[in-house]
Amino acid sequence: MTPLAVESRDAATERPQSASEEPRVPTVRRRRSILMYLSFAWLLILIAAAVLADLLPFAPYATPVGTPRMSPQWGTLDTILGTDTLGRSMLSRIVYGARVSLVIGTIAGLVGFAVGAYVGMLGGYLRGRLDSVVTFTADAMLAFPPLILLLALASVLTPSMQTILFGLTLLAIPSFIRLSRANTLTWGAREFVRAARNMGAGHFRILFREITPNLVPPLAAFLPIVMAAMIVAEGSLSFLGLGIPPPQPSWGGMISDGKNYIAKDPHLVFVPALVIFFTVFALNQIGDSLRTKFDRTLHD
Amino acid sequence: MILNISKRLGRSLLVVLVVTFAVVALLSLAPGSVSQSILGDNATPEAVAAMDEKLGLNEPLPVQYLDWLGNALHGDLGTSPLTNQSVSGAIAERLPVTLQLAAMGLAIALAVALVLGVVSAARPGSGVDRGINVFSAVCLSVPAFIAGPVLIYFFAIKLGWFPATGWSRISEGVGANLQSAILPALAIALTEIAAFHRLLRTDLMGTLREDYIAAARAKGLPAHQVMFRHALRPSSFSLITLAGINLGRLIGGTVIVETLFALPGLGQLVAASITARDVIMVQGVVVFIAVVYVGINTVVDLSYQVIDPRVRKVARA
Repeated sequence: MTPLAVESRDAATERPQSASEEPRVPTVRRRRSILMYLSFAWLLILIAAAVLADLLPFAPYATPVGTPRMSPQWGTLDTILGTDTLGRSMLSRIVYGARVSLVIGTIAGLVGFAVGAYVGMLGGYLRGRLDSVVTFTADAMLAFPPLILLLALASVLTPSMQTILFGLTLLAIPSFIRLSRANTLTWGAREFVRAARNMGAGHFRILFREITPNLVPPLAAFLPIVMAAMIVAEGSLSFLGLGIPPPQPSWGGMISDGKNYIAKDPHLVFVPALVIFFTVFALNQIGDSLRTKFDRTLHD
Repeated sequence: MILNISKRLGRSLLVVLVVTFAVVALLSLAPGSVSQSILGDNATPEAVAAMDEKLGLNEPLPVQYLDWLGNALHGDLGTSPLTNQSVSGAIAERLPVTLQLAAMGLAIALAVALVLGVVSAARPGSGVDRGINVFSAVCLSVPAFIAGPVLIYFFAIKLGWFPATGWSRISEGVGANLQSAILPALAIALTEIAAFHRLLRTDLMGTLREDYIAAARAKGLPAHQVMFRHALRPSSFSLITLAGINLGRLIGGTVIVETLFALPGLGQLVAASITARDVIMVQGVVVFIAVVYVGINTVVDLSYQVIDPRVRKVARA
């Protein structure tokens, strides 16, 4: 953020406090909306289903359970969401597809988090030439339109789980670098850091004991939003046929498979579309509410 | 300020160099050499080696890059071995489609977001505001590869208002052209609506807390006049910035929509070239898109500095 913003925030936090009073920030009670509860519930169900997929009582994702393109119908669990173009259970493919999406979103997000946090922290704390290099790298990485970067990678590497994870992690890193650097700048200028330094703490101690704990909440709050973006990016790649190769199911691939039959069998597209929508929506909601709570660089 | 500008320009130039080098280096790693794809699968290893020599592919990477850069500066991005079309020619042919899509998508998004933003910022926290916020959160969560098929289903198949796929050039009539462009533009616009609405709402709410707004109200001006004459203009500044940046992003971001709706734009060219393993075409178009993106970002950044004195001050500090 800008130096101006830093100054004004410090002025606000330096209010004199009487010794008897507990120095505590009053907690702001915010009304949790029903959407938040629904979002948590949806993600919990999704994660549980993805983890327990092998134990759930439905057909494996690769074997046909009926005629192709059956519309959703009550009765057996296998056909409750209908069947796909090859007669395989849509429900099963959605659940196994959730594994792909969640694993990709989580791993790419977490690795991006870890790398970006480190690099951004070093740049923001040590300043100088290292900082210029860090900022420049992040800028250059953000200079690629994201999907184009993925496409360029896909043209070189044969699509597989590993290569897609690699590409998505590359996408996730620069925004974390920026966020981490901005937060490090704010926190590094605070009194407790100066106090630690005056007490003789080294860089290592200041970085990991003083700054890191303050850095984690805003970055972690950003994580759901990045995960949502990663899931969308994976879906886009699969939609273009450059994602996870078949027979492994993925949500984007399901939409792509079904799009030519949308006129007669809209469920082929609508089922995976709704699942992606709910997931992305839930992650965005959670991320937004966490960010307003924890990211100080967002507040005026 | 001149110093600032030249610094910023130098930085962008450096980014462009790094980005183009990255693309050239990346695609030189592509499986199956370029020569092999030019000569076909039946070519003898000797012929491939000779072609490698001729194209300079045996040179070390920095030399290859400098060669490529020299040609690119003369406007020569190479010729596709598969279609025999020059890369710059292909770009020139397809750019108008992508530009039109991006511009229409942004125009729709700006118009909708303007209305939503003004309505929701007029009474923050009201039922209407919360409703609009949910709507905007929904829009944010609908990526183009979902919005596209759903729009096709309802507006092309069920209602039959627009063609499901295909592109009519402007030369075939403006009406037909707009009809073929409106669904893809809408699919692009959805997520942009959400981003624009959020930004405008926050900025408007900030502006409406300013003293001069209180003064305008105290003068007895009607609410709509305060909103449109006094608050909207200073609040729309970062909105316009974001729209500018997103125009750059969309030039590379219409891949999905162009593939789905079968539109002959840049994105479709990239996707098709990747499937066909046409490395030279991919390289040229990706570089073009990245450079345009960096260029637009730089221009937006600089105009920010020119227009808004506060940014200038901070940049100097």
